[in-house]
Amino acid sequence: MSLGRVDAGGMTAIAKPPRARREPREGSRLLPYLLVAPAIAFLALFFLVPLAQTVLLSVTADGALSFGNYARMANDLNFAAAIRDTFMLVVAVIPLQVALALAMGVMLQKLGRGRDLVLWIWTIPLGVSDLAAGLVWLAILQNSGYLNSALYGLGLITGPTPWLNAETPLTLFAGIALAEIWRATAIVLVILVAGLQLIPKEFGEAADIFGATPWTKFRRITLPLLKPSLQSALILRTVLAFEVFAAVYALGGRNFPVIAGEAFIWQSENQNYGVAAAYAVLIMAISLAATLVYLKALRTRPETLP
Amino acid sequence: MTTFRAAALAASLLGLAVVSAPSGAQAQGLVFLSTQLRPIEEAQRVRDLLLKGAPKTTFIVDEPSAFAVRMKAELDAGRHTVSLVGALHGELQPLAPAGGLDTVDDVAEKVKERGIPAGLMELGKFGGKSQLYIPWMQATYVLVVKKDALPFLPAGADVDALTYEQLAQWAKAIAEKTGERRLGFPAGPKGLFARFLQGYLYPSHTGSTVSEFRSPEAEKMWIDFKALWAQVNPNSTSYDFMQDPLQAGEVWIAWDHISRFKEALHASPGDYLVVAPPAGPKGRAYMPVVVGLGIVKGAPDRAGAVGVIEHLSKPETQLLTVAETGFFPVVDVKLPPDLPPGIKLLAEGVAKTEHAKDALVVLLPVGLADKGGEFNKIFTDTFQRVVLRGEPVRATLDAQAGAMRDIINATKAPCWAPDKPSEGPCPVK
Repeated sequence: MSLGRVDAGGMTAIAKPPRARREPREGSRLLPYLLVAPAIAFLALFFLVPLAQTVLLSVTADGALSFGNYARMANDLNFAAAIRDTFMLVVAVIPLQVALALAMGVMLQKLGRGRDLVLWIWTIPLGVSDLAAGLVWLAILQNSGYLNSALYGLGLITGPTPWLNAETPLTLFAGIALAEIWRATAIVLVILVAGLQLIPKEFGEAADIFGATPWTKFRRITLPLLKPSLQSALILRTVLAFEVFAAVYALGGRNFPVIAGEAFIWQSENQNYGVAAAYAVLIMAISLAATLVYLKALRTRPETLP
Repeated sequence: MTTFRAAALAASLLGLAVVSAPSGAQAQGLVFLSTQLRPIEEAQRVRDLLLKGAPKTTFIVDEPSAFAVRMKAELDAGRHTVSLVGALHGELQPLAPAGGLDTVDDVAEKVKERGIPAGLMELGKFGGKSQLYIPWMQATYVLVVKKDALPFLPAGADVDALTYEQLAQWAKAIAEKTGERRLGFPAGPKGLFARFLQGYLYPSHTGSTVSEFRSPEAEKMWIDFKALWAQVNPNSTSYDFMQDPLQAGEVWIAWDHISRFKEALHASPGDYLVVAPPAGPKGRAYMPVVVGLGIVKGAPDRAGAVGVIEHLSKPETQLLTVAETGFFPVVDVKLPPDLPPGIKLLAEGVAKTEHAKDALVVLLPVGLADKGGEFNKIFTDTFQRVVLRGEPVRATLDAQAGAMRDIINATKAPCWAPDKPSEGPCPVK
């Protein structure tokens, strides 16, 4: 589940250090490795070891190696629904988030005074925990919530109208998608803003001289040069989206099963750690696959960068 | 209530100072190990109030899993420190076949005139001949009704003795006349809906939890329950504690564990009735959560333990217990008028349930070891498939019965009440 850390390496694309020009002296050659060693050791101890244990747990049933846990997972009542719901959420939410973050980032570039304040306000949701964000939206969308109070005040509804149960799948999905967009657009925004700042101003000025429209400038300059940041943002956001859990749990409960939620239920309620581990491995596999797709699809050759 | 809380707090602080002093000498005296009343304030109330006047006792608490490990360790080592244990029926049961519990027929004789219902005493025998624990206190699940719902009660129905059929008619009448579905169940992620299905719905209709899982009676029950669900508040699949939707006014009739109604009943006791759960063709099934007192075989201080059991089952101690902890008496006592009104309402509801003529006691699942969660899942999955997804009842029951057989056979759990005792794993017919 802590897979989010893996692709943090993708972030380096944003602030790539200038390549060292001179060969370092012999003695200092080992120094970089010594300096990264603690981090490597930390990751190995607290990430790779539990990862290996999880994989082992997922292929162990009744003390013997078997794929029984995977079979139980795949045959479970909620498996198909969890896969469907998670993918639907990813497909609906991520393009919207990227588009929103792009628009917000470009708008920020145009701001002079107050830019930091606006950025600061836009990134507030980053500081709110997933579950708290879910509860905020629950307070708005539940039967006796703020939305119903407002609609009732306006005379649009006659009584408490449910939005979030199994009989209203559309508004349930919309509510969860909305909460996710509100909660997690900021992380995309932060990465894209960093990327936008790396684009040299001269390109835009040159384009202006040739009379390019803002749209052409955006399409021909901003987007291509933003590709590495977009890649990082997409990888990070997609991996996190496949792990989505707390906000969904708060809003949808059992009505909207997602993969990470099923892992949690198998672990905590059904107390079958093997099946829970199988779900965890499944999330990892999906995340890895998504990461590979992005790495391939949005590959940038170093020589095309400024 | 605030003064009550303040007094309790003061008492517990005082108790803390008194009890924490002689910790060194504890191992010698009478040790009373309990899996219940674990929160520190409750444990202090046991030490300061409930055990006052009993033989000198060291009351210690532990998680159920740690309890099981400690009991096994002491039994294997043959060196006992614990004399008296207080735990749920299902937690005591594994100790019995291992020979960890001494017979307490002599104690049963001594507390005979206290009026513990025969059904509860039977549970303390685990299906055998001799008494292995004495019921100590109990909790259960009830139906809470908001008084607003009473005008819609179907003609001829007694709110204290409803049937499932009447409950369905009632919910339907409310939905039709108020435009809102106001019957609610705790079917959310943390709700106890599985207990409703296995302890109330199933036994009321089939007289069984396991054996008759896929019987024709069960099939009819599911068809009826699916029809009833059309009158149930659709938010039920998000409800965890029924006190919340009751207080919000979303729900007027709700089933849940008594402790999950406390806040609503405490806030406005005048608005609610607490009544017995509905009855089906096989009786008014209910699931008591029984806490029993057992004496360890080889106890260092058996005589003291007997004294403590006698003390705790005194009517006045039992009354103190309900006022201090919310666990209800097992003995025949009249509750005093000065109970907090919310607890009093619950107490009346519990009494109505137990003393109902058609009451049918259902035990919490026993002998399932770590498969308890998956056993519950059988019931909630069946509900989800039949009621929420509209899958055919017969095929669903057959498939889920297979899953149930796997669990029962893997754990070799014999039948528990109301299923008839079985030799070996409980059969799913």
